Amino acid sequence: MDFILQPWPWYVSGPLIAIVMLSLILFGKTFGMSSNLRTLCSISGAGKYSDFFKFDWKTQRWNLVVVLGAIMGGYIAVNFLSDNSPIALSEQTILDLNELGFENAGKSLLPDKIYGWNTILSLKGASILIIAGLLVGFGTRYAGGCTSGHAITGLSNLQLPSLIAVIGFFMGGLLMTHYILPLLF
Amino acid sequence: MKFLKFLFIGVFFGIVLVKSEAVSWYRIYEMFKFQSFHMYGIIGSAVILGMAGIYLIKIFKVKSFEGQPINFQPKQKSFVRYILGGTVFGLGWALAGACPGPMYILLGTGIYSMLIVIMAAVLGTFMYGILKHKLPH
Repeated sequence: MDFILQPWPWYVSGPLIAIVMLSLILFGKTFGMSSNLRTLCSISGAGKYSDFFKFDWKTQRWNLVVVLGAIMGGYIAVNFLSDNSPIALSEQTILDLNELGFENAGKSLLPDKIYGWNTILSLKGASILIIAGLLVGFGTRYAGGCTSGHAITGLSNLQLPSLIAVIGFFMGGLLMTHYILPLLF
Repeated sequence: MKFLKFLFIGVFFGIVLVKSEAVSWYRIYEMFKFQSFHMYGIIGSAVILGMAGIYLIKIFKVKSFEGQPINFQPKQKSFVRYILGGTVFGLGWALAGACPGPMYILLGTGIYSMLIVIMAAVLGTFMYGILKHKLPH
């Protein structure tokens, strides 16, 4: 039981993610979490504005059920399967974050400096979350997939387009982490 | 009932991503700083095992649980959309510290401010749909 409650090492987690992807394939579906964002647009009536959202979203209900499960999984994991141990970040990461003004790095899943209530009620705090969401939503559809669809499924299926997308993911991520975050904080 | 299996897969996925800490903003920051092997280990081992699984499905022509043949659709050939879209996604991934799967999972862990990110991501997807024809693909 102790093992379950502690954070799981990469060599346990990675293979379990592969099992998630392969199970969806064996059930005749695909692993792609960002498709749900498009489905949510269609349900909200976005088909009136663009043909891109005119499809029978009911065929995608199974994927929305995966989302519902994922939300429940998050709840179960923190409430019943966690011993609240801090995240074992590298010392250099903690030092770098301290320098940016992030305190208690790794004590929780997300930094208060970005997700705390005091932050998001400020103009700057709210803008950061909104811009981050817009970039993820726009970018993932433009690239035709996100981490699950391209990095896990696409690379596993030896898709060159997915490799290009993943290179893009890293170009954007490196740019943000190394050059833009230090300007923001 | 037919949706129950997808609910279980989702629950399992949510638990694995929290327990692996892949839903943590800090782990994403650390990954882009190349300061730990953790995230590379997770993605790398998932992809290597995934490659083996998909290879076996293809060579043994494994059928789905419903008895249908499994088709892998090749992705549309292009460079521009993947590199540009990917870069935009990467900027958001590193800022939010979460990609679409973890956004939902983090909401379940009780981080309600994630709703702002999710709603903005839906809006971002909508903006892509509107601008699609004007963008280079």
